[in-house]
Amino acid sequence: MSAPARPAPVTNLADGEWHRLHPASPLLRGGLVFIAVLGFIIANLRERVVDFFLVVFAPESRDDLDARYGSWQDEWANDPVGAIVTNGLVGWALLGLVVLIIAVIVGFWLSWRMHTFRVTHEAVEVRSGILFRSHRSARLDRIQGINVNRPLFARLFGTAKLEVSVAGQSANVQLSYLGSALADGLRADVLRLASGARAEKAATQAAAANTAVPLAAPLTAPAGPLAGPPTTPAAPPTAPAAAPAAPLTARAGELVTHRVDEFLAPELDPALAPPESVVHLPLSRVIGSTLLGGSTIWAIVLVAIIVAGVSSGQPWVLFSFVPAAIGLVSYMWSRITKSLRYSIAGTPDGVRIGHGLLSTGNQTIPPGRIHAIEANQWVFWRPFGWWSLRINVAGHSVSASNEAAQRTLVLPVGTAADVHRVLGLLLPDAAAEVDALVAPGLTGRGDGGGYSSTPRRAAWLRPFSWRRIGWAATAGIALIRRGALVRSLTLVPLARMQSVAVSVGPVDRALDLAGIRLHTVAGPVSAVLPVVDRSEAMRLFDRLAEDAVERAASDTTHHWGAQTIAEPGPAAAGSGVPRSDVAAEPPASEAQRPFPSTSSGNGSAR
Amino acid sequence: MHEVDTDWRRVSPKYVVVEVVGSLIGMVVFVGAALVVYFLFDWQWGLWAAIAIGVASLIGIALEPRRVRSIQYRLREDDLLFRRGIMFQRQVAVPYGRMQLVDITRGPVARALGLADLKFVTAAAATAVTVPGIPMEEADRLRDELVALAETRRAGL
Repeated sequence: MSAPARPAPVTNLADGEWHRLHPASPLLRGGLVFIAVLGFIIANLRERVVDFFLVVFAPESRDDLDARYGSWQDEWANDPVGAIVTNGLVGWALLGLVVLIIAVIVGFWLSWRMHTFRVTHEAVEVRSGILFRSHRSARLDRIQGINVNRPLFARLFGTAKLEVSVAGQSANVQLSYLGSALADGLRADVLRLASGARAEKAATQAAAANTAVPLAAPLTAPAGPLAGPPTTPAAPPTAPAAAPAAPLTARAGELVTHRVDEFLAPELDPALAPPESVVHLPLSRVIGSTLLGGSTIWAIVLVAIIVAGVSSGQPWVLFSFVPAAIGLVSYMWSRITKSLRYSIAGTPDGVRIGHGLLSTGNQTIPPGRIHAIEANQWVFWRPFGWWSLRINVAGHSVSASNEAAQRTLVLPVGTAADVHRVLGLLLPDAAAEVDALVAPGLTGRGDGGGYSSTPRRAAWLRPFSWRRIGWAATAGIALIRRGALVRSLTLVPLARMQSVAVSVGPVDRALDLAGIRLHTVAGPVSAVLPVVDRSEAMRLFDRLAEDAVERAASDTTHHWGAQTIAEPGPAAAGSGVPRSDVAAEPPASEAQRPFPSTSSGNGSAR
Repeated sequence: MHEVDTDWRRVSPKYVVVEVVGSLIGMVVFVGAALVVYFLFDWQWGLWAAIAIGVASLIGIALEPRRVRSIQYRLREDDLLFRRGIMFQRQVAVPYGRMQLVDITRGPVARALGLADLKFVTAAAATAVTVPGIPMEEADRLRDELVALAETRRAGL
């Protein structure tokens, strides 16, 4: 159990060799449930178990018991323990129990033994399963995000769960659990490898890599231990990489102090990220925004229904609405707890968002993985100037489960200034251009501020919000402003837009209007421009279609770290001409496969 | 490797038959159900419903040739344009590099007529572009062409 706390021989998990998870993993994953079930059974059968041992240690009490449970004899269904006792099967029962426990322990141990992972320069791979083996690998250049979660129990053990998300439904690679510091180190390594997989290749191919020394040096470093045996603790070049982990693991003598330190440490290791979050979320704002949020309305409605139902003597109301109320309250509670200790900061490898008080988690979204952003202001938040930000990211489940909803929520509640700062982090390439359009996009209406306006006749279709509806486009980002009751501003990086549609219904045609919809990967954000002048819509459609192709062709964010090296190459790429570095090397086409994980290629053709 | 043209292409006129057969089957089922209600239970509205459904379906069938004519697609240099609809018009642009897979499906009537549907799937479910009523060999050729195009223009997610 204390294995990771000792100065572990392995400080760099991303050395291309197979590694095992934290020894406590099976216990944390399934063992706690097992123990809970066992405890439940024992608590419920306590009296019978006492009797059970009474027979063993005081045989003369047997007659007494027989009198008490005589009528139950042989009634296995009624009282299995009693039946065991009266049938004299105590020894066998104990033996069975011991065998069961041993089987469970062996099972845990085996599953731990068989659950291995490795991080190569190409992919993160996980092998697991005892009887049914599974081997899952996620290509590094397809990583959509990395989450490190620390549920409360795992934190007590000093462990963390690392999750690599790739595009595709439930195609995520989970490493649960790892030593806490190791998980942070591994995330940094995976991100570094992912950012530079191509840069590193380029460096080995062309000697011209000298120009990128500061970048290439840490990238090529892990190549050393890759060739050597895994046990070489830290080859000199990797030392700076493992530096954040080293001072923590070195002081492994006092396990407890270590744990306490870890528990109280800031969610984001200061050595791995800029310590200052660009957004500070006061507790009062978190609670206030939740109480004023839309879910509060639902809570009030639900409570009203329940009260009315109970007072009018309709008990069925309880059964149908109380579960919903409980769900709602738990949602609000999780929203509050998840918003506590919220932090967001930019790192070279993407935006890192941390949150949580008891169970903590933080996710890293590499650059170029965000398909759409929406700033939202519910009408009750307006007096306070609060906004929330949601994003669409490939690979997060579409289901409205709490966890998925939390992951797409990058800013639970913030001021307009916070929105500016977070947008600057999320869209680093176009931050300056977009920033000028954010303020008029959030609160503006009508013409001006760089936004197109909607003709007055649109009031027939959108009587309240027609003044708000407008669009702007700059630096490869399309901005759509809309909504009166719920103000919203949607930003779509055209480099990741999947397609665009313009639609004209009969009423639209009568009013000479049209609607435009930008298609992105599934998520909470839908980029819809509901009404716009028809000829303007056609112009916008053409422009978006053209820009999307152009931006996608010049987009290099799938290897964000390689940009500095590959710069001279794609600069010449015209519209539609594939980048030379993509077409040139054979693995590239493989690297571009849509869904890299286990799925055995329902690839591009059928 | 591929020829890129800039004309709007129409789907095969034979596709009208597929649509008409589908509409007729729908009409027969619903009118039949309404008539059953009328004759078995002697409910007057059943007859009116049957007449209304029948008339609406016949109008729909009469408009079918125009609707099929409105289905058009165009292979531009970097993306595919698709549009359809008379009342509710919709036009979509799908960059070749965004196509994750190209699907060919054929229903029984379409197969009898030698037609196929070509479906384009991107990472966004809302794209929903299906070009129906393409002659079979044309569909095969188009699919290969588009897959090849998608491969050269592939641009991440």
